[in-house]
Amino acid sequence: MITFDDVHKSFGAHEVLKGINAEIAKGQVVCLIGPSGSGKSTLLRCVNGLETYQRGRISIDGTVVDAASPQVHAICTRVSMVFQRFNLFPHRTALENVMEGPLYVLKENRNQVRDRAMALLNRVGLADKTNAYPASLSGGQQQRVAIARALAMRPQAILFDEPTSALDPETVGEVLQVMRALADENMTMLVVTHEIQFAREVSDSVLFLDGGRIVEQGPAKELLRHPKHERTRDFLHRVMHPV
Amino acid sequence: MTGLDGRERAKRKPAMTNFIAHATEYLPLLLHGVWLTVMITLLALCLATALGLVWALLRTSEIRSLAVPTRLLVDFVRGIPLLVVLFYIYFVAPEIGINLTALQAGTIGLGLAHSCYLGETFRAGIEAVDKGQVEAAKSIGMKRALMMRRVVLPQAVKIILPPYANNMIMLLKDSSLVSVISVQELTMQGKMLASSTFDNMTVFTLVALLYLCLTVPLNLFMRRVESYLGAAG
Ligand SMILES: Nc1ncnc2c1ncn2[C@@H]1O[C@H](COP(=O)(O)OP(=O)(O)OP(=O)(O)O)[C@@H](O)[C@H]1O
Ligand SMILES: [Mg+2]
Repeated sequence: MITFDDVHKSFGAHEVLKGINAEIAKGQVVCLIGPSGSGKSTLLRCVNGLETYQRGRISIDGTVVDAASPQVHAICTRVSMVFQRFNLFPHRTALENVMEGPLYVLKENRNQVRDRAMALLNRVGLADKTNAYPASLSGGQQQRVAIARALAMRPQAILFDEPTSALDPETVGEVLQVMRALADENMTMLVVTHEIQFAREVSDSVLFLDGGRIVEQGPAKELLRHPKHERTRDFLHRVMHPV
Repeated sequence: MTGLDGRERAKRKPAMTNFIAHATEYLPLLLHGVWLTVMITLLALCLATALGLVWALLRTSEIRSLAVPTRLLVDFVRGIPLLVVLFYIYFVAPEIGINLTALQAGTIGLGLAHSCYLGETFRAGIEAVDKGQVEAAKSIGMKRALMMRRVVLPQAVKIILPPYANNMIMLLKDSSLVSVISVQELTMQGKMLASSTFDNMTVFTLVALLYLCLTVPLNLFMRRVESYLGAAG
């Protein structure tokens, strides 16, 4: 469904992605792991047109993503994104945040949008917070609203960029639980994460990115248990045994 | 010492009663000037706000062929004294076939000059909105116009408001400059009155007080709005 075909990306002279090849099938959950600065966020941002890339091709269901083309907005409505720092609209309530896209971008009927937004907030366990402003919600709650906002666009896939990295440890679980439920419903997901346990239990396959290249990819359990490459082993060791 | 004090006091008391007597006599004429000052200020403010927003949106645009000329225009106007802008519009426009009354020229000149100051204020406000907001808006498929209207501008308003209020008061005070192209607003009325009565002290004190009557409430009002917006989170 999402295909990376020899994708190259540079910021000026600094080449960040050096030929990415990968394929994410419909309904798959793929985790993207790798050290800081390896280009994980950049890769994700290229998929929904927040960044341009110079060479190669990213396509979604056969449609090439090109951030410079006027059709890039249409891509964004097909692939949603959840950010590390939530990026909820602070001047709108939880419900309004979820309604914003369907109402103003997809131009759907307000009553139907409201009902669906309510249902989505209910699904992420926030039925009682519909009228709360983001500032009055905990990090975990904000991130769940952000997931509901992403779902409201009826995306074919959702990109997560370290969705739990900015959370207090005790709220990480509630967000991962929502993501696990999505995975169970066969949502296509590309997840940048340092939650190795989540990757092992939930994802179908794992990509290990280092220095702008995919060093190793394979089924989650296999790659995480028996990494073939020295660098993957090192990285996993450091993540799982920080001290 | 005491003698001098006494003389001073003796002089001041009739001066005060004099002031009040003369003030009531001058006030109607000056109020006419106040009316014109308020009108010019409001019209110029509307013009400056609308144009300023246009400049800011063009300057923050990703399209360079829009952003660069706008930047040049804004820097150009900001680099010219307001007085010269006014003279330019009033005296040069007729030579290229545009006839403007002094009032029109004054309002346009003030509005244009201040649109460039405000444009920079607006731009700074727009750019101060968290980049994550722009990305979130893009990630749900918003195009620029919608994103500006629904996401960026509502958040930029809070950042922009204090400097905007400041600018508004500057604009009100700058409106006195249009007296040089013979618009009979408050300052001009004062000047004419002073030269016909030779009562400089009373007239200009009144003029100053009348300006304060306009600027002080404006200041207080804006502070209210600010604290209201601040409280709204
Ligand atoms: N807008 C930008 N301009 C210039 N360089 C950038 C920009 N964004 C990212 N980079 C550089 O690209 C490289 C990869 O960044 P990226 O954010 O994709 O890494 P990451 O793998 O997501 O790291 P982290 O785990 O810290 O989030 C880094 O060296 C970064 O400095
Ligand atoms: Mg990152």
